[in-house]
Amino acid sequence: YVPVKGDHVIGIVTAKSGDIFKVDVGGSEPASLSYLAFEGATKRNRPNVQVGDLIYGQFVVANKDMEPEMVCIDSCGRACGMGVIGQDGLLFKVTLGLIRRLLAPDCEILQEVGKLYPLEIVFGMNGRIWVKAKTIQQTLILANILEACEHMTADQRKQIFSRLAES
Amino acid sequence: MAAERKTKLSKNLLRMKFMQRGLDSETKKQLEEEEKKIISEEHWYLDLPELKEKESFIIEEQSFLLCEDLLYGRMSFRGFNPEVEKLMLQMNAKNKAEEVEEETVELDVSDEEMARRYETLVGTIGKKFAKKRDRANYEEDENGDIKPIKTRKMFLKPQD
Repeated sequence: YVPVKGDHVIGIVTAKSGDIFKVDVGGSEPASLSYLAFEGATKRNRPNVQVGDLIYGQFVVANKDMEPEMVCIDSCGRACGMGVIGQDGLLFKVTLGLIRRLLAPDCEILQEVGKLYPLEIVFGMNGRIWVKAKTIQQTLILANILEACEHMTADQRKQIFSRLAES
Repeated sequence: MAAERKTKLSKNLLRMKFMQRGLDSETKKQLEEEEKKIISEEHWYLDLPELKEKESFIIEEQSFLLCEDLLYGRMSFRGFNPEVEKLMLQMNAKNKAEEVEEETVELDVSDEEMARRYETLVGTIGKKFAKKRDRANYEEDENGDIKPIKTRKMFLKPQD
């Protein structure tokens, strides 16, 4: 993955040094994330981020000459859904092309998936998807479907969805 | 009879800022370029032919977000996470340039009641700041609202 400015990605916090966190985004370098780049963070009021946490943020600086920097806040200072991703759930990797296909405005896969059962998904443009459903089984099913969507045709997909809907 | 010769202004005068405010931006640019061309001997320059900057019609864009009009990355289905669902509506509505319908704030207190409360409030607070003499002037209305009397005792100049 090549970091691009403005892209929303899922990163894993690998280290905490002084005022910044080192976040692995799947690129050639770990991105840096300042602890002030969260909504409502001040010097006294530090965000609750530990090593190993999942972070959903966007790149503020990302070019080939510098280390990428990310933030969990938008230009107005609001979080807009970014920040630490909550407990439980499963993170897995897919290809970048699949993410772009899934996030396209007219994506059938997502609509069908959404009808199955209550769930939450976070897509990172760096090829990482985090899913969460009520039971572990459902979460795993979801992960498997999304991974397999890469190679299936539309018909095969519909078969699988109908089988799932029955069970 | 009036002299029809234009007064010749010196170049330095024309270069002053107040003389240039009237000029168009184009003429200004041209003047600037001409000034840059006047190269003194101290400046080093390349002995190349003049190159004009062409307007480029090509924009480089590295992010896929704009090229393919992608949706927002955080999603929740069937009410698993209501905050994320609200976000989804907001962010995707921004993309489609639709107006967000969610901005209707539900009113707890109606406008009329608010106006009524304000009326009485003005009276009670005004009473607090009125001098002792004036406090007696505050009447009680039938509804129990306090209305201040606006007539004040002014100084009357004695008539000689």
